Amino acid sequence: MTQHQNHQGGRLERGGRLDRDQSIGFTIDGTALTGYVGDTLASALVANGRLRVGDSIYLRRPRGVLSAGVEEPNGFVRVNGDHNESMLPATTLELRDGLDVTLLDGIGVLDDRPDRNEYDKMHVHADVAVIGSGPAGLAAAKEAASGGARVVLFEQDFELGGSLLSDPTITVAGQGALDYIARVRAELEAAPEVTVLTRTCVFGSYDNNFLVALEKRDEVASAKGGVSRQRLWHVTAGQVVLAVGAFERPIVFSDNDVPGVMLASAVKTYVERWAALPGRDVVLFTTNDSAYETARCLTKAGATVTVVDARPEVKAAVSAQEGARRAGLTVHTASAVVGIEGSEGVTGAFVAPIDDAGQLAGDAQLLACDLVAVSGGWTPNVSLHSQRQGQLAWDDALSGFVPSAGVKNQFVVGAGNGTYDTDDCLIEGARAGRGAAAAAGFPASSSADDGDAVAESAEVWHARQHRAAGTVRPLWAVPAPDGSLDTHFVDPHRDNTAADVLRATGAGMRSVEHVKRYTSISTGIDQGKIGGVNTIGLLTQLLSGNDAKAIPAGQPGQDAAEEVELTASGQPARRPTPGTIGTTTFRAPFTPVAFTALAGRGRGTLFDAARTSPAHSWHVEHGARFEDVGQWKRPWFYPQEGEDMDAAVARECRAAREGVAFMDATTLGKIEIRGADAPEFLNRIYTNPFLKLPVGKGRYGVMCTVSGMVFDDGVTLRLADDRFFMTTTTGGAAKVLDWLEEWSQTEWPELDVTLTSVTEQWSTVAVVGPRSRDVIAKLAPELDVSKEGFGFMEFRETTLASGIDARVCRITFSGELAYEINVPRWYGLKVWEDVAAAGEEFGITPYGTETMHVLRAEKAFPIVGQETDGTITPHDLGMDWVVSKTKEFIGKRSFSRAAFTEPGRKQLVSVLPLDHTLRLPEGAQLIEPDALGDYTGEGLPSAPIAMVGFVTSSYHSQALGRSFALALVKDGPTRVGQTLLASFGGQFTEVEVREPVLYDKEGARRDG
Amino acid sequence: MAEQMTVKPATTDAAVLGYRRSPAHHLTEIMAEAGGEQVRLREVPFLTQITIRATSPEAVAAVGNALGVTMPSAVGEVAQGEFGDLGSDSSGSSGSSVSVVWLSPDEWLAVLGDEAETGVAITAVVESLNVALGQRRGQVVDVSSNRTTLELSGPKARAVLDKTIELDLHPREFPVGRAVSTQMESVAVILWRSADDTWLLMPRASFAEHVVGWLADGMREFS
Repeated sequence: MTQHQNHQGGRLERGGRLDRDQSIGFTIDGTALTGYVGDTLASALVANGRLRVGDSIYLRRPRGVLSAGVEEPNGFVRVNGDHNESMLPATTLELRDGLDVTLLDGIGVLDDRPDRNEYDKMHVHADVAVIGSGPAGLAAAKEAASGGARVVLFEQDFELGGSLLSDPTITVAGQGALDYIARVRAELEAAPEVTVLTRTCVFGSYDNNFLVALEKRDEVASAKGGVSRQRLWHVTAGQVVLAVGAFERPIVFSDNDVPGVMLASAVKTYVERWAALPGRDVVLFTTNDSAYETARCLTKAGATVTVVDARPEVKAAVSAQEGARRAGLTVHTASAVVGIEGSEGVTGAFVAPIDDAGQLAGDAQLLACDLVAVSGGWTPNVSLHSQRQGQLAWDDALSGFVPSAGVKNQFVVGAGNGTYDTDDCLIEGARAGRGAAAAAGFPASSSADDGDAVAESAEVWHARQHRAAGTVRPLWAVPAPDGSLDTHFVDPHRDNTAADVLRATGAGMRSVEHVKRYTSISTGIDQGKIGGVNTIGLLTQLLSGNDAKAIPAGQPGQDAAEEVELTASGQPARRPTPGTIGTTTFRAPFTPVAFTALAGRGRGTLFDAARTSPAHSWHVEHGARFEDVGQWKRPWFYPQEGEDMDAAVARECRAAREGVAFMDATTLGKIEIRGADAPEFLNRIYTNPFLKLPVGKGRYGVMCTVSGMVFDDGVTLRLADDRFFMTTTTGGAAKVLDWLEEWSQTEWPELDVTLTSVTEQWSTVAVVGPRSRDVIAKLAPELDVSKEGFGFMEFRETTLASGIDARVCRITFSGELAYEINVPRWYGLKVWEDVAAAGEEFGITPYGTETMHVLRAEKAFPIVGQETDGTITPHDLGMDWVVSKTKEFIGKRSFSRAAFTEPGRKQLVSVLPLDHTLRLPEGAQLIEPDALGDYTGEGLPSAPIAMVGFVTSSYHSQALGRSFALALVKDGPTRVGQTLLASFGGQFTEVEVREPVLYDKEGARRDG
Repeated sequence: MAEQMTVKPATTDAAVLGYRRSPAHHLTEIMAEAGGEQVRLREVPFLTQITIRATSPEAVAAVGNALGVTMPSAVGEVAQGEFGDLGSDSSGSSGSSVSVVWLSPDEWLAVLGDEAETGVAITAVVESLNVALGQRRGQVVDVSSNRTTLELSGPKARAVLDKTIELDLHPREFPVGRAVSTQMESVAVILWRSADDTWLLMPRASFAEHVVGWLADGMREFS
């Protein structure tokens, strides 16, 4: 048993959203540690005094936890189990008992063992989807739900509350933040039409407010079988409220990746939410006011804090700087951290004054510390907004790209909209919630609170946002005393530095999209959440005004109206702003999603339908091997004890040619056609005439595309003057119906014809062979089965001996005497069994698709899709007889084009290998005997060898006692008697060209 | 209309009807085992189903009259009526309630009970409709064997359907009595809400196993 070290040295005595009664053990790189229920892996590591995680991906630099959320670029683990899962951020991984993880160095390996967990999908519709459950999201959801609208609230964390979880002591709507969260949660969960989804990240936003989200349900799954581990939610929402917050930016300075450099907001979150203290001697380096909250909470937790503020003295009545000083902190203004002491962990920070241009203005001093908390400003999380092509604009006062124009039926609120004051977030969220509810037709019932009473103009609201954000002084890159930029990390996951950005601009890159691809910044797992805006900021420092002119337009966030000012000499005066450059493109997924989650349950037998005929159980019981034909499972052959496929097929062929055999033909497509103009319609569809087909008879027909290529074939019966029953190939059923509907509806609407698919209404058994007449006579005693009484291509309606009504046709696909019995599908098994019983005394043999293929190939009956490939005409198949010379039909005009009449077309022949046992591979190329030259098959020939055709079907013929093949050969009929070479697998073998039909050329066997 | 039909007594012999095998017959046990308090699945076999195609208002009215319904005219609508001479004679054995599902502007599916239970022969319904349609453009086709009917019921039935069906199944959008053609995974089905917690799915026969497979899989969570 593993002994878990219970020394959570970094854990504060009190506080945090933890269940301190539930200490849970976990293992990291073999070391056993403990945390609490409520921890993430990262918070448990921080509590155990471990900021150090894996090394960086390329440079192998030591790294530490940087963030407390989905933007984490350093702390990745593999979760070990039956199926290892890699590249999970420690910052979002919920701690659970027995969790066993391995730290990764910025890259993971897919486990090649199958993932046996379940993943499924859900499809729901909502009136209002609220994404994010911070103060703005909670307020929005609460209001949206109050009028009875269907509301789905998504929260990627396992707790509701967002930033409030890191601000537990503030007052929200008159009560403590945590009480507020609990109250809204209870209210939402009590509303019958509200769904609250925690652990669920909306990662994609598409047209018509179609959202895709991934729910992680591990705990539910472990509690109960049959429950998916992750669930993909497809949500169509009338209205969307984006309350997705903002990301804090790191600051780019020398060695800013040393473990112990952490985002200031993350430090506060670890302290406040998880009572985990990341450091005791802290240098807090900031460009704005927000980090002073971190200073306050660190001080309260007993840490010492020195503030390094990039801004000069902020002139305000009550400034954050002044407040910190009054609280006893040292505040270095107009200063920067310019370097870090330590490599495995921070031991000190070099701090130096900077001038107005951001250049070093004095010597650096070393401040001993074990943590450097950094705040480079805030970036609204605009991914979902921008995925929908929502507009962005650079806001200088907020120092970020902010949504500037809405997406239809969407609201952006809270920090994601640049609104950073909690009270303002509540107002903005509530207002959006009410707006969304009203737009969805379920106006909020709650009386408007005071936030709604003041209907500010956009300008007033912006001013309010700016006031709340205070003064920000972005530092895109802090100079190092030695002038180097080599360890100024911009994108820690991709190990890209400011020096890489400089190289990109030096190579001529101007567009941020080019810089991204030249460097690989923003291509890592956090997709630019950490480094995106800092890269853009850096580009404003590296590109000149002239360069700005070369920045291509069209990027999100670009300010089209921004004028390039010119100096007296005609040169642009100004460096680009972030608004000149714009952002890279935001795409789904917002956070990584496993392919297995996208697949859901659609794996294995649920991947696709396996269609079976009603006699399927009989086929299985009789040992059939099955072949996939489209979605159908068709019996392929029925091997008996000790038989291989060849022996079984030979036996089945013998039975069909010499005795009697039967096959399940249920899968053929069937279409019932009715209308006064049905004969005319068919006459135009088929290449051969159908106008005069008598009632009670059937006719084989071929249909072509407009370009004259064979499209499908089959037999059509005339049931009545105005009713026909068409059969199609098994694979062609759906496309033929579509084809007929298209012509009926769009080209010939004046024709009275109506079509209905009856493929599955009927079950069909083919009874084949010289003794088939005897079997049919027993099965259908009322039927005159004599040659004279029941002619070829005729059909009869009759009642079988069983009492079942049937339609029996005399049709052959083998050249033998044959019948097809059609009955409603639910009688299919019974009739199949009756055929087997009636035929028993004649030795009736079931046969499958392989025997069917051999029998038809001996007669050169083509199979559409095997002898044809969309470039073959009926004439090419030697079927001139099926093409009318007098009537109009689809494809007719193409037959007079030169390409159809000139020599050189590939046409159907049979080819016989000189070696009677050799079965040519289908697809084998055929060449002229002298085409080889001196080529022996070794290596590559010196020049291309012209092929004159290829093998389409190849079998062993039981009837002929030898192998044979069908082939499409240029001018095939003129080559009968010639010898060609078949080329396959590096060998060449002689074959003789013959006429297509090899068996019973005169058709003597058809009538038995 | 004068096209009043006397229902033919040509009901198929009971012994012959006994030879029928429904498409999900072999899945009876799987369906039963998948069920529980929250959701249950069974096949409702052998319903009489007739495809009706008609374009002209006269033709539509005539087939409706023959079925004893006003033909539905918009997506989702289902008309209910009584086919045959129910109650007029004391035996009352030759009638059946009929539902007509709108499938497209000129296509409907008439659904009646199993011939073996109602005594109304499929052939009788087809003939009645053919007489009503007359020479007008359209079609009447027996498709009883073409599809089967699966009934999913229970408080979690909708949740099971939500796993595969993309339509909005909330009662506000999909009230009892509504039926539509839709996709369940790759399979075309008619989805019909017959009661608050009861849904009928009508796939083509050869897809019954796949549909049962998906439904039974989705039900495990609630078993």
